[in-house]
Amino acid sequence: MATTSKRPLALEIPEATENALGQGQTWEGSLEDLRGLVSDRAITGETMLLNLGPHHPSTHGVLRLLLELDGEEIVTCLPDVGYLHTGIEKNIESKSYEKAVTLTDRMDYLAPMSNNAVFSLAVEKLTGLDVPERAQVIRVICLELTRLNSHLVWLGTHAMDMGAMSVFLYCFREREFILDMFEKLGGQRMMTSYIRPGGVWRDLPEDFLPALEKFLGYFPNRIDDYEKLLTNNPIWRDRTEGIGVIEPEEAIALALSGPCLRGSGVNFDIRKAMPYSGYENYDFNVPLGEHGDVFDRYIIRVHEMRESVKIIQQAIKKLSSASGGFRSNNRKFVPPPRAELGRSMEAVIHHFKLWTEGYSVPDEEVYVAIESPRGEIGCYLHGTGGNKPRRVHFKTPSFMHISALGKLCSGYMLADLIGIVGSIDCVLGDSDR
Amino acid sequence: MGVVSSKLGDLGVVTTTLDVAVNWARTGAMWPLLFGLACCAIEMMSTQAGNYDLSRFGMELNRASPRQSDLIIVAGRVTRKMAPVIRQLYDQMAAPRYVISMGDCASCGGVYNNYAIVQGVDEIIPVDVYVAGCPPRPEQLIHGILTLHERVQGERLKNWVVEGAR
Amino acid sequence: MHIPDALAPAVAFEELLPGVLKGTHEFRGELTLIVDPADVERAVRFLRDTRGLIFNYLSDISAVDYFDPIKGYGDYGDRPARFGVSYHLYSLLYNRRIRLKTFVDEDVAIPTITTLWDGANWLEREIFDMMGIPFEGHPNLRRVLMPEDWEGHPHRRDYPLGYETIMFSFNADEINKHKPYAKD
Repeated sequence: MATTSKRPLALEIPEATENALGQGQTWEGSLEDLRGLVSDRAITGETMLLNLGPHHPSTHGVLRLLLELDGEEIVTCLPDVGYLHTGIEKNIESKSYEKAVTLTDRMDYLAPMSNNAVFSLAVEKLTGLDVPERAQVIRVICLELTRLNSHLVWLGTHAMDMGAMSVFLYCFREREFILDMFEKLGGQRMMTSYIRPGGVWRDLPEDFLPALEKFLGYFPNRIDDYEKLLTNNPIWRDRTEGIGVIEPEEAIALALSGPCLRGSGVNFDIRKAMPYSGYENYDFNVPLGEHGDVFDRYIIRVHEMRESVKIIQQAIKKLSSASGGFRSNNRKFVPPPRAELGRSMEAVIHHFKLWTEGYSVPDEEVYVAIESPRGEIGCYLHGTGGNKPRRVHFKTPSFMHISALGKLCSGYMLADLIGIVGSIDCVLGDSDR
Repeated sequence: MGVVSSKLGDLGVVTTTLDVAVNWARTGAMWPLLFGLACCAIEMMSTQAGNYDLSRFGMELNRASPRQSDLIIVAGRVTRKMAPVIRQLYDQMAAPRYVISMGDCASCGGVYNNYAIVQGVDEIIPVDVYVAGCPPRPEQLIHGILTLHERVQGERLKNWVVEGAR
Repeated sequence: MHIPDALAPAVAFEELLPGVLKGTHEFRGELTLIVDPADVERAVRFLRDTRGLIFNYLSDISAVDYFDPIKGYGDYGDRPARFGVSYHLYSLLYNRRIRLKTFVDEDVAIPTITTLWDGANWLEREIFDMMGIPFEGHPNLRRVLMPEDWEGHPHRRDYPLGYETIMFSFNADEINKHKPYAKD
């Protein structure tokens, strides 16, 4: 049954929406547009085209997948992103560097501190700003807590997609404790904007460290609990082992990073390879997988949580001996403490200048990458010589991982797709920015 | 069962108006659409998890199909690419249907006053309750939901608009 | 396993691929190699496959627009063309980064590097979507983030940010009058 008619594949838009939507209100695909992307069997109608998303319970947000199915088997998978494209990069171009930190929080909303950190490191590299040792230790604590936070959400939702509801409830119980600690730090549960160029926003509050130590005391046991529920569970193993396998060479070619790359056995962790914020002073292992399947990516993240606990414990020990304050004393870039404003005219001038105009950075470009919970998040920052950037570009791990989805899931069953999408841990805010 | 048991008495008979009975049933089991967009969706998940336990208000059951849900919580920023999809979902829901706009981005565009973001989901679908915050705390979302419940309890059957009769 | 010694990229270019390298630039320890747009694929392949270089991991491709609204079109300071496209490569073997940069004007195509890494596919599509720089030989050069029928390329510096007037109490009535609220 050959058909060449313009059969609409996407949504028809109801008339009532026309007034508000403006540009981009309709889009229609036809089978002819897909020629070359899907196999010829789909054009003749032999295989089925199925649209999964953008509203689907298991796509972790607003990911749309156009699937070509031969029965239950996936022949082609065409991911479509952009349903959460927020224009953050463009927005930052109209903000001074200090104010742009707030926007970076909202990209990868499961790991806001990583985004703060990569942007701050880029600004610091561009301006040559120093960061005191104590601020770096605080950053490491925050970054690792963020990793725990993100992995907990991932574990909960990934397990729930695969049918294990109780893991979700346990994971969110522990996550609430981390969010309470973030609230102590930054006054907000998720979007703290705590890490800023030159250090962190303020010193650790008094009740932070006792709460952190209490958390670290019981958290490793809770990781054991999650593992008891999943790791040796035959249903879990059957659904994850040998699914979504990716070879190391292919993983490098697809520019995967983080646990997805290490799941295939490639030892690339930016914390070890190109240490930032003093990661070279901590003793931790980088877990590596062997098979590159969904199970390996799961077990790596669970082990990473244990390593993060180890790093935080070392950081707490370092905190008492770390020199310097919680942020740089360079008054050209970092505002003076509030108490100085009443005494020093110079402090008032610096304060006024920083909060109205901001600081100037050279007309140069830098690229800084750090290891976010999902993988390599990179910030390409180009200054203008003035107080606003010319261009900010974030290379985000989710974007790369979703682009690899077509390779990852072709040949597997439709039910396996849910596990594969969960295992690459994509956050659509991270991907679309 | 607070309302009913206090009126039940020995006979086991309750006299009430149909309005009250229907609205009691509607607020007691209002099923939200399983639908999240961005950061606020994570806080919505927190609200449904153990610590804040949304099932206290009969709302733990998220339906993935818009045909089976009464409430859509627009949790996150609405992009121009996503806007037609949201309208489509809303049109698929059966009346009476309610909308909570959760967070600044969904309510008014928030910090993103730019080319990609719809400046408030009320340009696309009519909103009943706005919840401020970036993202709102779970307590704030629960307050928004209770505000919606209050509003539903004040509705009269005779004011119902029958779909298609207009 | 014997690992050959690392080579300095600029020296390797001069010796093994003369004429391709148009200049180098170093800032805060980041080395930038500048090449012509037509040579991009050749230069990246050279960086990836040469003994002693092996930049085998593609970190990022990003583009920057040097248009300045005050200077107008045609004046990009000391840059030869309007757009700069940067390829950030990383060597898993030697643990170092490098940036390969090229300058292009509007509608000048750059040869694709999807032949070298599949991961370049979406990165190039994003640049085409946001900056409007075409890539020659790309298998599927469509918009990736914006809707298919979107007009213009939002991350160009001459594209407006496109904001609406913010509503305060003094202008709320006026804005409400023409704001398109949806009906049920």
